[in-house]
This record gives sequence, C-alpha cells and structure tokens, in this order.
Amino acid sequence: MRQAQVYHPDNQYEEAILDPIKPPINARDLLLWGGLLVVMGIGVAAYVRQFILGLGVTGMNRPVYWGVYITNFVFFIGLAHSGTFISAILRLSGAEFRKPLARAAEALTLFSLPFGVASIMIDMGRPDRVMNVILYGRFESPLLWDFTAVSLYLFSSVVFFYLSLLPDIALCRDRLEDVPSWQRSMYRILALGWKGHPEQFHRLERVMDGMAIFMTMLVVTVHTVVSWVFGMTIQPVWHSALIGPFFLLGAIFSGTAAVVIVLAILRKAYHLEDVLPVGLFNSLRKLLIVFSLGWLYMMIAEHLTLYYGNIPEEMEVFWQRFTGDFSIMFWVMTFAVFVVPILIFIFRGKNSIAWMVTASVLINIGMWLERYVVIIPTETRPRLLYELVQGSYTPTWTEWAITASLFAGMFLLYSIFTRFFPVVPLWETAETLEPETAFPEKRQRGFRGARRRRLGG
Amino acid sequence: MTNWSMVVDLDKCVACQGCSIACRFENNTPVVSPEEAALGRSILWNDVLPMPINPTEDIGEYPHSRRRYLTRPCMHCENPPCVKVCPVQATYRDEEGIVRQNYDRCIGCRFCTVACPYGVRYFNWETPSWSPEMARHLSPERVVGQGSLEGPAVRPKGVVEKCTFCIHRLQKARARAESEEREFRAEEYTPACVQTCTAKARFFGDMDDVTATASILASSPRAFRVLEDVGTHPKVIYLQEG
Repeated sequence: MRQAQVYHPDNQYEEAILDPIKPPINARDLLLWGGLLVVMGIGVAAYVRQFILGLGVTGMNRPVYWGVYITNFVFFIGLAHSGTFISAILRLSGAEFRKPLARAAEALTLFSLPFGVASIMIDMGRPDRVMNVILYGRFESPLLWDFTAVSLYLFSSVVFFYLSLLPDIALCRDRLEDVPSWQRSMYRILALGWKGHPEQFHRLERVMDGMAIFMTMLVVTVHTVVSWVFGMTIQPVWHSALIGPFFLLGAIFSGTAAVVIVLAILRKAYHLEDVLPVGLFNSLRKLLIVFSLGWLYMMIAEHLTLYYGNIPEEMEVFWQRFTGDFSIMFWVMTFAVFVVPILIFIFRGKNSIAWMVTASVLINIGMWLERYVVIIPTETRPRLLYELVQGSYTPTWTEWAITASLFAGMFLLYSIFTRFFPVVPLWETAETLEPETAFPEKRQRGFRGARRRRLGG
Repeated sequence: MTNWSMVVDLDKCVACQGCSIACRFENNTPVVSPEEAALGRSILWNDVLPMPINPTEDIGEYPHSRRRYLTRPCMHCENPPCVKVCPVQATYRDEEGIVRQNYDRCIGCRFCTVACPYGVRYFNWETPSWSPEMARHLSPERVVGQGSLEGPAVRPKGVVEKCTFCIHRLQKARARAESEEREFRAEEYTPACVQTCTAKARFFGDMDDVTATASILASSPRAFRVLEDVGTHPKVIYLQEG
C-alpha cells in the first residue's frame, strides 16, 4: 500500500502550543491531580453517606425543597455556555479574535456540563430510579425538557469539540515522536485517519459552520429551558417571562468571565504569552462590559416590575432579597457581579490581565450567589404558606463537600485534557490552510482543482 | 362519574387537630424527631395552620385575641400543578378526580413539592421509622393502583407522599359492595379525617350528586376555596366563619 501524504497547516506558534504536551507526566502534574482527587474523594464519601442515609443529611427541608445542588446545576450549565458562545455565536458573527481561545472555551463547556448533569442526579431522592425518566418520561414536565435539552447539548458539544480537534490530533500523531506509545496510539485512533487534504478542511469548515447555527439555537434553548423549571411553576417571582432571558444572559456572562480565568491560568502555566496576547483579554473585556450592563438592565426590569406591582406574595420574596434573610447575599452579589467588575473593566481592565481575572473571579462568585438568590428566597415564602410557614435554609457540610468535589472534578478533567491535547487550535490559528509542497504535483492539482470548482461555482 | 370532594366548615372547626392525628394513624405517616421537626421536616398530610384571613389583621392580645385556623388536606385540584410537572407520572389524577402518588415510580426530584402552591406534598428525607410499640400498630391497608406502593403502604426513603383522600377506604368500600352483590353508595366512603372530626366540621361526598350533603354545602354563599385565583380549581371547599 502506498504511504498516503499527510499535510498540516503551518503555524508559527506550533512549538509553543505543543510544548505543554511534550514532557512526560511529572511530579507537579501528579501533585495537582492527586490534590483534586482528594477533594473529589471527600465529595464522593459525602455522597455515599447521603445515598445511604437519604437527603436528610442536607439542609433542605419543607418548604425549601431545592438548595445548593440545584444552584450548582444552574451554575454549571451556565458555565457551559462559555464555549458555545465563543465558538458558535462568535463564529457566525465572524469575530476573528475568537480563534485562539475557541478550544479553551469549548473545553470549559465540555467539562462543566457533566457536572451540571451530575448535580441533578445528586439532588434526586431516588437516583437508582433515574431510568424511569426514559421508561415513563412525560413531555408535559419541564424537567423532561431539561433532560432532553441538556443531553442533546452534551452530545452536540462533544461532536462539535471533537470535529474542531480532529486536525490537531492528527498533528499530534505526526509531530509528537517522543511521547509514550499508548499516547501515540491514542492520537492515531482519535485522528480517524485525518490527512489534511484541502478537501477535508473544506468539508470540516462547512460542517462546523452548519453546526454553529444548530449550536446557537441549542445554547439559547438549553438555558431558557433550565430557567423554565422554575418559571413554569406558579410560585411568586419565579413565575415570570423574564426568567428565561435573565438566565440566558447570566449564563453567557459567567461563562465568558470563566473563559478569562481559564485563559489567564493557561497562559501562565503553559507559557503561552505569545499565543494568547493581552489583546484577546481586551476583546473579552468589551464583551463583559456589554454583559454587565445587560445584567443591570435585567435586574432593574425584574425588580422594578415587582416593586411597582406590589403583589403581596411577590413582595414577600422581594423583601427577602433586599432586606430579609438573603439581603447580605443579595448585596454581595450585586457588588460582585456588577458594581466592582464594571468599575474594574472601565478604569483598570484594559491591558491588565490581573485586573481582568479579579473581575472575572468576582463575577463568577457573584453569579453563583445570584442563582442561589433567585432560587431559594421564593421557596422560603411559598404562595400559600408565606404567612403560615416561613422557611429557612442552611446548607450542611455534605452539600459544601459535594459542591467542592464537583468543581475539583471540572478542574481535574480540564488539567488532564490540557496535558494531552493542544489547548489552542493549531489549524484555526494557522496562517494558511493551503498545502505548499506536501503533495505530489499530480494529486495537488486534483485537489486544488476540486476546491476551486466548488468555490467558483 | 363520581367527583369526590370535601367541605370544611370553619365555623364549626375547633382546631383540635384530630384530623391530623387520625390521618397519621390511618396512613402510616412517619414520625420525626423534634430536631427534624424544627427544620420543617415533619410530615402532616392534613395540617392545621393558624391563619389570619387578612395578613394585616390584628389578632389582638389575650384575653381579647382572635384566632383563625385552617385545616388543610390535599386540595385534589382539578388542574393540579403537581401532576403537570412530574417527569415520570408518579403522581396522577385518577378517573374519579383523586390525585394519587405512586411511591414505586417516584424519582424524588421534588418538582411537585416545589410546584404545589398549597404545600401539601411531603418528602421522605430519610427512611421512615417508628418506635417498636408504634411499628406494631402500622396500618396494613393496601391500595391497588398503577404501582404496588400507594396510599398507606410504608414509604421508602427519597420519595414524595401526600393525602390521598384515604383512597384505600374507597377501594375497600367498593369491594365490600361487590362481595355483597349490591350497588356501591357514595356514603360508604369516608376519609379518616372526616370520620374523626370532633366538631363534625368536615363533609365528604360526590359533587356530581346534587342531593349529597357536601354538594349542598358547597353551594352555600359562605363557600370559598383557597387560592382560587391561581387556576388550580381545588376540590376542598371551605365555609367561611360567619
């Protein structure tokens, strides 16, 4: 059999991008992974205890039936919107700056989604009966909309991510000679025989453009559907048409902020200063300013409507947020999500990665609190019982341990991924996808001819 | 078709909580420790709640105080928000309008508990337990339905439970009529809370039968339903204090 020609695009940063993958697993990696595994282990132990004893080990009660776990669910699904936003929506809008950070963002999508799904499982009283959702599923229930939308999102994200990774896996297969043999076999299998023909790149781009449209629709659907779990009930304040758009905006906001954090860590840890220039952070800064203002708009729209309408049961929840049991959280959230970050973005953020990371960390802490403050206060003042039974909720260590382990799990998957795969897309950031000399004259003409005909026609 | 419904005359109710206790023994609702109860985890299918009719109403100070109470079973809504949101049809409305719960199928997601505006749904935060003396006196009643576990059957941990209008009593009354080869009459079916009510404030019957006591009372000008404005169409009808 004739040895097939393989072509890889030229990328001036190839060395820098592949460098983090080259060294064998060292003590530093093991220390990090081991540490994260220990945190996960504590969470797993807490979960096993919860599984045996029941959800009584949490702080949940009546009427606060949903607590930290559901907050985590909404938060992780929100984080997951980072990648799709950057790789699909910005792809469609032709924002070129997205290219170097597309993969880092998509990886965040991929590695936070499973933990969103896990949060739902952890919250279930009978996780052993999860198959009932498939056996007896009813589409009248918003939870089944969630189930469908999130699984479709997870599946599509894996495909979308894998497609964009394909040319780079092939590159790893051909360029990384010194890695252990199992790693080489992994690249060989995962590359699916990619050869880098112009025809292949052409098809890949077409498929990815098509999928980007689909993913954009999906990203809007998924987080709106997540909010509808609350919005479709008739509980005060949840039952609002604004909850969908508000959740969606919050999701993209926290997701984009998380991308800033991840990029800064990758840049530092893997010495990617040249590949991920400060300019990228400046572009993200502009996006984040828009999102902060959007968040303020939603916040005012929601609360002014509530306050002016002055419906008794809604005012109970309103005051719970502004001056009641959740007031500290509410105001910390307002400062962390909006006041401090917007000041940082406007006055300090430009050309300063440290300030951008500070603001992004605050935004993510704030957005977690926001999810909490949206979900819990309504439950403490349910429609009938607001004057009879006033609920309160204090999470227990079990809930915090499991929460910590979910975040540890996300970091673990992320850090393992970045040690085996290039975290900046080599082919998308390459100067040109046109083969120069890699193909014999005859074949090259054939491929070029085909491509020209397609483009011209 | 029968349309089971309950009428509670608040003028007669003395808030003795007998209905709550009768329900507990009839339906094997688990007992929780005082600490758990303080967390709001006690299970009372039929609860008695102090209720100012108007939140701003002054209840006064002893000895000139005024107190109002509301006894609250499941409303068995005609448009139940809990049934709508259940992802697995563990809760459903049967052909006679009783909202039932199948403990065999419930996945414990607690969407129904969150969706119910009346707070009538309870979750088993842990495995139900009784002291040995009490465990000997658990009701052995069984319900034949979509699942093998319904009604008073002892619940496993992690599932939701609620008032069923003592549906096992309906099934028993039907079976008795059948064995005696005669027509079943609506009067033969009475939930435990109605039977036990000290002040005879509770009435139960078929709303489609215009001659039934409950049906006549429901057309009283004093009749009201709780949260009529949220579109759930509850089937427990209260008679306002005069």
